[in-house]
Amino acid sequence: MSTPLVLTYVGFFVMAAITLGGALMAVSARNLIRAALGLIIALIGIAGIYFVLEAEFVAVVQILVYVGAISILILFAVMLTRGLMKRDLPAQNAQWIAAAFISLAMFAALLYVALSTNWRAVETQVAGDLIPKLGTELMTTYLLPFEAVSLLLLAALVGAIVIARE
Amino acid sequence: MPVDYLPILVMIAIVTAFAVIALTLSAMTGPRRPNPTKLSPYESGMPPFGSARRRFSIKYYLTAVLFILFDIEIIFFYPWAVLFRDLGWFGLSAMGTFMLVLLIGYVYVWRKGGFEWD
Amino acid sequence: MTLDPIVITLIEAVVKTIVVIVALLTAFAYLTLVERYVIAKIQSRIGPNRVGAIGGIALLQPIADAIKMIFKEDFWPSQADKIIYTIAPGIAVGTALLAWAVMPLHPSTEIFGYRVDFFIADVNIGVLYLLAIGSLGVYGIVLGGWGSNNKYSMLGALRSTAQMISYEVSLGLALVGVLMISGSLSLVTIVEKQSFIWNVVWQPLGFIIYFIAAVAEVNRLPFDLPEAETELVAGYQTEYSSLKFALFYMAEYINMITVSAIAATMFLGGYQGPFGILPGVHWLVLKIMFFIFVMMWMRGTLPRFRYDQLMRFGWQVLLPLALANIFITALVMLVVGA
Repeated sequence: MSTPLVLTYVGFFVMAAITLGGALMAVSARNLIRAALGLIIALIGIAGIYFVLEAEFVAVVQILVYVGAISILILFAVMLTRGLMKRDLPAQNAQWIAAAFISLAMFAALLYVALSTNWRAVETQVAGDLIPKLGTELMTTYLLPFEAVSLLLLAALVGAIVIARE
Repeated sequence: MPVDYLPILVMIAIVTAFAVIALTLSAMTGPRRPNPTKLSPYESGMPPFGSARRRFSIKYYLTAVLFILFDIEIIFFYPWAVLFRDLGWFGLSAMGTFMLVLLIGYVYVWRKGGFEWD
Repeated sequence: MTLDPIVITLIEAVVKTIVVIVALLTAFAYLTLVERYVIAKIQSRIGPNRVGAIGGIALLQPIADAIKMIFKEDFWPSQADKIIYTIAPGIAVGTALLAWAVMPLHPSTEIFGYRVDFFIADVNIGVLYLLAIGSLGVYGIVLGGWGSNNKYSMLGALRSTAQMISYEVSLGLALVGVLMISGSLSLVTIVEKQSFIWNVVWQPLGFIIYFIAAVAEVNRLPFDLPEAETELVAGYQTEYSSLKFALFYMAEYINMITVSAIAATMFLGGYQGPFGILPGVHWLVLKIMFFIFVMMWMRGTLPRFRYDQLMRFGWQVLLPLALANIFITALVMLVVGA
């Protein structure tokens, strides 16, 4: 194997380990802020996997939106909620059996899809800078979804105000 | 290319090492003479009361939601801006439509007092 | 003997990173001294003139400060979340340093027939990388405040976070104009394209918006609400001492240098001299020093905003201006056909 390929492999496993570690921390921590921290670590690990898979733009967007913005929102939400901040909460509640069942079913479904898909290695490298290509696609093939996103954001904006004024 | 990002990975490793060394050094040097008063939360010399972890204004939450929405908008702006020369008037109208919809939301938040803090 | 190119890349990266970090730490140490002098001059005082003074300037003062910091007592408040409280300053300083990975410092040159690039990495998403690292910087503050479990720290951290995310929007949008002109997200390309005319000529409004948002982003006066000493003691740093405090302080100053460097790179041609005169790292340093001086001057001159004023200014003035700037830029570019 060539050196870059070895690096890709090593990188993937390191990032996967970080993601799993963070996820474990998120579900096992008794303190909600620590759980949120675990989630943030998992999200950074996912960004790392995108980097390894040569999707830099997605990776940076992952960090900007999920780590930099949505996680802040989660932290604020925890700090806003009565009683959640003060004590350590038990990591399970009465519904843990149902949750475990659903998680296992979900895992089985994902495993089935992952194993039954014919993963073809992409032979042709996309040459040069990908950002302009992304912009072109956004403005041509995906113009309608792009404009639809603005409606989605508008709905979120209005919803946020309505919730905040309750 | 991941190879382009290898130096950044190296930098992350060195910076992490630096932070760990500094924090360890901080714990090792210096005296260690704790007493209950020293370790209690600083409240301008008054005896501390209540917990610091109480509920905070919903305004912070609202600000974070607004930030997410505009952050996503910035991300759409960047590839568009890089390509703007080639897109021309078409690009301007496409982004203009996008912005117009968001401006409705922005004006709504403004009118509803979403930017007021008092 | 031929080395694998990846090994060469690794060695280069290690050397460059260490040089950049050492340079930034030295700059941080001496900036604290410079700031004390500038503020002293503005307030008609003398300023520090004892430790290792040469000609009335205490050249060894930063070293004395550092030694003092190292040997101060380091304690963990009884109510704190020990782990989060400890790692928060590390996160703050780490994210502050990482921004420098993509900063072009000097034109690439041949040294002994070997091409040397004076940046750690040239990536095609450079500007977005800066924004992403900047958005991570918030965590040092919010975790520090929460981990301390002190009322002042909590309030300071929350305020600081809300302020930083509010101004990050305008900061990100102010850079869009530059991207439209340069047609690239790579900082190296952006600087190279400014070899004759700096972007500030085409983007005066974007430049001003960027600078105001950047000052808010680094929590400097008139936006230093998070540590407004008259109401919050020291904000999120209240419970910190010793090197942990020093790390927060370091992060703050390095962030100041970073936003100045970004301003210089995006708007003032980075290492490019005016009209292409002698490009080199000295121009970048000069421009950074200019911005930092302006920030110190502002600290010595301006009063602090109220929090409601601060938030309203960010969302109701700066944000619409930044959006307007993008559309004005677009219209001008289309009409003039540049």
